[in-house]
Amino acid sequence: MASLADTPIDLGADLPSAAPPGRVYTRHGVVTRLCHWINVACIGFLIASGLNIFNAHPSLYWGNFGADADDNRRWFEIGAMDDAAGKAVGITRIGDVHITTTGVLGLNRASNGQLQQQGFPDWLTFPSNRDLATARRWHFFFAWLFILNGLTYLIYGLVTRHLQDEIWPKLKQLAPANLWHDIVSHAKLQFPRGQADKHYHILQRLAYSGMIFVLLPLMIVTGLSMSPGFNAALGGFLPSLFGGRASARSIHFITMDLTIAFIVIHVAMVILAGPYNQLRSMITGRYDVGPEPTARKDRP
Amino acid sequence: MTIFSRRGLIGVGAGGLLVSGCDRLSGSMGANAFVAKAERATYGWQRLIGGQTLAQEFTAADISPIFKANGSTDLKDDDYRRHVDEGFANWRLKIDGLVARPLSLSLADLRRLAARTQITRHDCVEGWSAIGQWTGPQLGPILKAAGLLPTANYVVFHCADNYGGEISKGGAQSTGLYYESVDLADAFHPQTIVATEMNGKPLTVAHGAPCRMRIERQLGYKQAKYVMRIEAVDSFAHMELGKGGYWEDRGYEWYAGI
Ligand code: HEM
Repeated sequence: MASLADTPIDLGADLPSAAPPGRVYTRHGVVTRLCHWINVACIGFLIASGLNIFNAHPSLYWGNFGADADDNRRWFEIGAMDDAAGKAVGITRIGDVHITTTGVLGLNRASNGQLQQQGFPDWLTFPSNRDLATARRWHFFFAWLFILNGLTYLIYGLVTRHLQDEIWPKLKQLAPANLWHDIVSHAKLQFPRGQADKHYHILQRLAYSGMIFVLLPLMIVTGLSMSPGFNAALGGFLPSLFGGRASARSIHFITMDLTIAFIVIHVAMVILAGPYNQLRSMITGRYDVGPEPTARKDRP
Repeated sequence: MTIFSRRGLIGVGAGGLLVSGCDRLSGSMGANAFVAKAERATYGWQRLIGGQTLAQEFTAADISPIFKANGSTDLKDDDYRRHVDEGFANWRLKIDGLVARPLSLSLADLRRLAARTQITRHDCVEGWSAIGQWTGPQLGPILKAAGLLPTANYVVFHCADNYGGEISKGGAQSTGLYYESVDLADAFHPQTIVATEMNGKPLTVAHGAPCRMRIERQLGYKQAKYVMRIEAVDSFAHMELGKGGYWEDRGYEWYAGI
């Protein structure tokens, strides 16, 4: 948090003032706004219940199958063991890398304060106690809602051309000079203001497109690849696409990690770019692009 | 420094509120009943697109070196121990309930029936999976031979396995006897077999000797082991806690296709 606190952001600059006409406009349609917040709820419940489900077998494998005895296929695991001194420690293993994660992963505290051997800690999972049956029910409920909500967003976005015009990266924007310019100004925490801020810039488009068209669909199909009923319906096509069911489960887990990475950056950007204005735009639709920058060359 | 500790406090406070809010949600009967409706959507959708398509079959080279035995791996029950000692010579599988001609089949009878051999993947609800080869007669023709009545909607597998232990959701205690049930679509699915062999050898006790079910489009807890009786019913609401299976009575979905 230190870097955040040290950055020169003026939270007040972002509060509503008497903005001259033309600066405030409706940035997000009501469907986009609704879908966005339903999606946030879905992703939240999917991740928290997914971690609870993962705790039932906190190991990941590559290939068609994987269980306790398949050491050669296991590439990730969270567990607890005794160290050389006979003290219990939590260990997370990724390939050949062993990380001591006592207190958080593998060995953590239950709500009654007792140390317990468990993959992810209670405070990260839904429900907070280890309960595979309940976690699965919530996971599949929100998986359905997530898919229906996502389809609504996609169809609406295609019909209104929001996806084509505002989300999909423009070829012109992909020019290395423009990309570089955007990366540099982000690193300096300088965000476009004025008319240039009426459209997503290239890094935003890449991040949103990556989520909407790659990562979230991949999360859905790797999830479905674990369903024996769905797999039978497709004659085993889905898990084979990912190298087998155990691989699909691994990739499903990785898509969750990448989604968390996206959320961390996404929310940090919202805070840095001015949380009041940003959040207002996603709640009421209204957005203030701010004054025109004085001495800056405009970009495509 | 103070700003950090204050932020830290706010963070911990908000986190605490979130966890306790979530606990109230996951503890709410109404909320749980509501999210449980997704099971019907999954069931309906998979039956719609699935038809009678087969689960993926593998080759001998794909078989798991060690097929994990889960749930009960040995039974203490006296009758069952006697059957083991006798090599299941006096063991019988009963087919009854809503059938015109109840059957009582010996292990030799089961082995005489036309068998299907399939190499399939067993997907456990916990997340692990294993590939094995299963051999045994299809359930469909057995039910036909018994004269399944039109009033039958489900087939229930009663097991010798007293799994006891875990208290059911809501706290009610059932007998603890393992049982499972499927609809007729799965009962008559070509890959639904009464397996008497695994990987080319008679089923071991750990894997459910003398016979276990293979319901290849559903999760592991549907693959009932130590099956003693197959009963055709119109409803399973009157059985045990009424949810159609040992794990179902403990909160798991009856339709285990996902
Ligand atoms: C608490 C968490 C979140 C907050 C506070 C938040 C906030 C916002 C805000 C303020 C915007 C508008 C940005 C702008 O107008 O420049 C936005 C857009 C967007 N967010 Fe989030 N977000 C959150 C979580 C998520 C998650 C979990 C996802 C997906 C996994 C996501 C995906 C998106 C996408 C795709 C857009 C662009 C939508 C469009 O214009 O069609 N967000 N978010």
